[in-house]
Amino acid sequence: MHPSTWLKTDDTGLYCEPGEFYIDPMNEVATALVTHGHADHARAGHHSVFASSETLAIMKTRYGEDMAIHQHAVAMGEAVNFNDVRATFYPAGHILGSTQILIEYAGYRVVVSGDYKRRHDPTCPPFKVVPCDVLITEATFGLPVFKHPPIEHEIEKLLHSLRVFPERCHLVGAYALGKCQRVILALREAGYAKPIYLHGAQLKLCDLYKQLGIDLGELIPVSEVADKKTLAGEIIIAPPSALADRWSRSLPNVRPVVASGWMQIRARAKQKNAELPLIISDHCDWPELLQTIEEVNPKEVWVTHGREDALMYQAEKMGYKARALSLVGYDEDEQGGD
Amino acid sequence: MEAFSHLLEQLYFTSGNKAKAQLIADYIANAPDPDRGWAIAAMAGTLRFDFFKRNTVKKLISEHTDPALFAMSYDYVGEVSETVAHLWPYSEPSDSLPTLTEVVETFTSISKQKVSATLAHYLTIMTPAQRWALLKLGTRGLRIGVSARSIKQILADYGNKDIKEVETLWHAVTPPYVDMLGWLEGKVDKPDIKNAVTFHPVMLSHPIEDSDIKAFTKNTWQIENKYDGIRVQLVVKSNNPINDKAQNGSGADGDKPQKALFSRTGDDISHSFPDLLESISGNMVLDGELLVIHNAEPGFHPSEESTAQSAASQRTSSDKSGKQASSATQPNVDTFNALQQRLNKKKPSKALQSSAPVGLIVYDALVLNGEDLTEKTLKARRHYLEEWFSKTNNSRLFLSETLNATSPETLRQLHTQVCQNRAVEGLMIKRLDSHYVPGRPKGQWFKWKRDPLVVDAVMMYAQRGHGKRSSFYSDYTFGVWEDSQLLPIGKAYSGFTDEELKKLDNWVRRNAVGRFGPVREVKKELVLEVAFDAVHPSSRHKSGVALRFPRIHRIRWDKPASEADTLANVKALIEG
Repeated sequence: MHPSTWLKTDDTGLYCEPGEFYIDPMNEVATALVTHGHADHARAGHHSVFASSETLAIMKTRYGEDMAIHQHAVAMGEAVNFNDVRATFYPAGHILGSTQILIEYAGYRVVVSGDYKRRHDPTCPPFKVVPCDVLITEATFGLPVFKHPPIEHEIEKLLHSLRVFPERCHLVGAYALGKCQRVILALREAGYAKPIYLHGAQLKLCDLYKQLGIDLGELIPVSEVADKKTLAGEIIIAPPSALADRWSRSLPNVRPVVASGWMQIRARAKQKNAELPLIISDHCDWPELLQTIEEVNPKEVWVTHGREDALMYQAEKMGYKARALSLVGYDEDEQGGD
Repeated sequence: MEAFSHLLEQLYFTSGNKAKAQLIADYIANAPDPDRGWAIAAMAGTLRFDFFKRNTVKKLISEHTDPALFAMSYDYVGEVSETVAHLWPYSEPSDSLPTLTEVVETFTSISKQKVSATLAHYLTIMTPAQRWALLKLGTRGLRIGVSARSIKQILADYGNKDIKEVETLWHAVTPPYVDMLGWLEGKVDKPDIKNAVTFHPVMLSHPIEDSDIKAFTKNTWQIENKYDGIRVQLVVKSNNPINDKAQNGSGADGDKPQKALFSRTGDDISHSFPDLLESISGNMVLDGELLVIHNAEPGFHPSEESTAQSAASQRTSSDKSGKQASSATQPNVDTFNALQQRLNKKKPSKALQSSAPVGLIVYDALVLNGEDLTEKTLKARRHYLEEWFSKTNNSRLFLSETLNATSPETLRQLHTQVCQNRAVEGLMIKRLDSHYVPGRPKGQWFKWKRDPLVVDAVMMYAQRGHGKRSSFYSDYTFGVWEDSQLLPIGKAYSGFTDEELKKLDNWVRRNAVGRFGPVREVKKELVLEVAFDAVHPSSRHKSGVALRFPRIHRIRWDKPASEADTLANVKALIEG
């Protein structure tokens, strides 16, 4: 039976009928398989959740210990059966604990990629190419204009700015889960050893990363700095929304920096009032999307959230059958760990 | 090219004029000649021609990328240059990029057929940011938020000179400005501009104070209408009447233009007003108001000779010289709104030139018949002007009418009276013994503007500002009632104090009800008294009106929104 007859989307998300489970549902459901911890994929209140142990830990940090009644940690490569359906989790390389999910039923193999990228990320194992009949891929940056430069290059821009403007407080807007820690680690890899200051919203997840054995170096909450003037010339990481908010008024001579894949587009960067845009993304850029389709080499490509049109067009040009799979609720901007 | 691209990149993302000026000054101090001069020309908009056409770029990219993917990308990015910069499919980074000068010289010298291939080669060896800079440069589409005037100020500061000196020099020097930069750095003498058509920094007025009105005495001041057009300076250095060049077409672009029209800040706006320039010859520098004047077109008069009366005698001539003469000598002035369609038009169509003909109401002369008058008194300059007008036959020039008042009381009456005419925005009051001094000398010239129009409007949306104001909701959209519905009529971001801004920001945060991207919708409860200079019909807004220079006059914390003005109230203020 073709997957289009048993794998469907509704107002809640992607539903596997024979297995009676949702993947990354938006509302509370009986059984949820969660690919990763970003808020637009992982919600609280399900009856049973299946996810990687790291993703469960992230959800507990965000929503509390009782975020779901039954919490099942699934190891990478381990298969779990739901009726006649077999689900196997594989690394996706997106953020700590992120997975893709292979669903096998009635002789078909479907891979739900979740969000993913193909570059090195010290916080998670690399994306695994899983052969399948249907690849359900995201298309957040599904346009050929998106080519993310190497992260070292972008971090060097930040360090260069610190040298040129040593009197300015460099306030980096970065999503609290994934992007924040990736920026910190890239700064450390580039030899930046000074303390890095954090907005309150970034604290809990950085603590979790540390508990899980990821060394982020010295981190200091901004709230513990008595004299904010001493933050001149330092790096502070805050949620992007805090950059232009009242919170930032107490900081000295702020240079607004934004770390996001969207920063490649000037108007978007300008809109966010970024003086220094850093193109740092936890998603595939266009070449990575094409590389993945080629390597996975499925019979069909289903394209979800993002700029579906261009990727479908390109996949068909490459000889694959392609269709759009419209999923509700994936917020492209503030929440999605761009 | 690297340094130039880097500069543009920084300017693009930097807000705040001071910070931008600093970046440009640093560039000028560090970049070599003639690169920096070309960069200045690119930023100030003084490059003479496009290196390549937008169409060349579009054609090139469509030959090298999938048109469907380009279209989808362009649709998302919203700008051709940036889309091309990211989409160009070949990349062979090179250690030795051409310099800015090499780029300029290459495109200046190569044949048309080679333009496309050369551009392709450059795109291939450049990074996306450099490609963007090249495409913006080559199509003269740089928009970096720095005006030509600011560039002159930056240059003046760089050379520790008065901006007036740079302004005077500006139109007499050409890119890449090696002489001017050398002079600014004290290395060479000031370029000789004796025979050039160049801008003369203008004399400006102060807003009149009540004490000035009280001190008014007769026979000391020249009083004129303050017209609602734009202040311009007409510079002509030719004694041949309408020559071949002018007949070849309005855009004739000789090496040394013999006449030019400058804005108050010294921008050359000649290209927008060929109709005015074509008609003029002589050797003069006139100071006046540019307006749409419906009887300014030569064709308007059946017989020019009999109708082009000396405007010096215009106040008395109409009764003597019959119907045609009176219609010719009294300028039939239209509103600023009418003039607006002529502003910023690089090439006005013949149809527009004839439906909205421009003319000049002349109120002063700096040079007349080759003679410098700036050291003479206004009274004497006026005398020369009247004399000159009596011998001149030009349908586009009108001498500014002088008005009479003998005491503070009659001056006030006069002000009330002239303000009833919507094409006039008040009075100009100038000392008869004033010399023509560039800048804003004290106590010489006064402007007495009409009182602004005001309406009570309701705040509807708020948006954060930029730079220092980036954490404050400082841009407000306001509306007025039509039946039970509020319709937006404009947006204002000035007129309040820092204290008031804090209060407004706080109010917006507490009363926000919705969000559209960066825009917050607020409860329709706060009344703003909005002041503005004029209101015009507009098809761009749902309300059908547009305000000119709206600003917040007062915040009416006390007034219920239901008592704000109606759209009918606002429409009643439309001029004409």
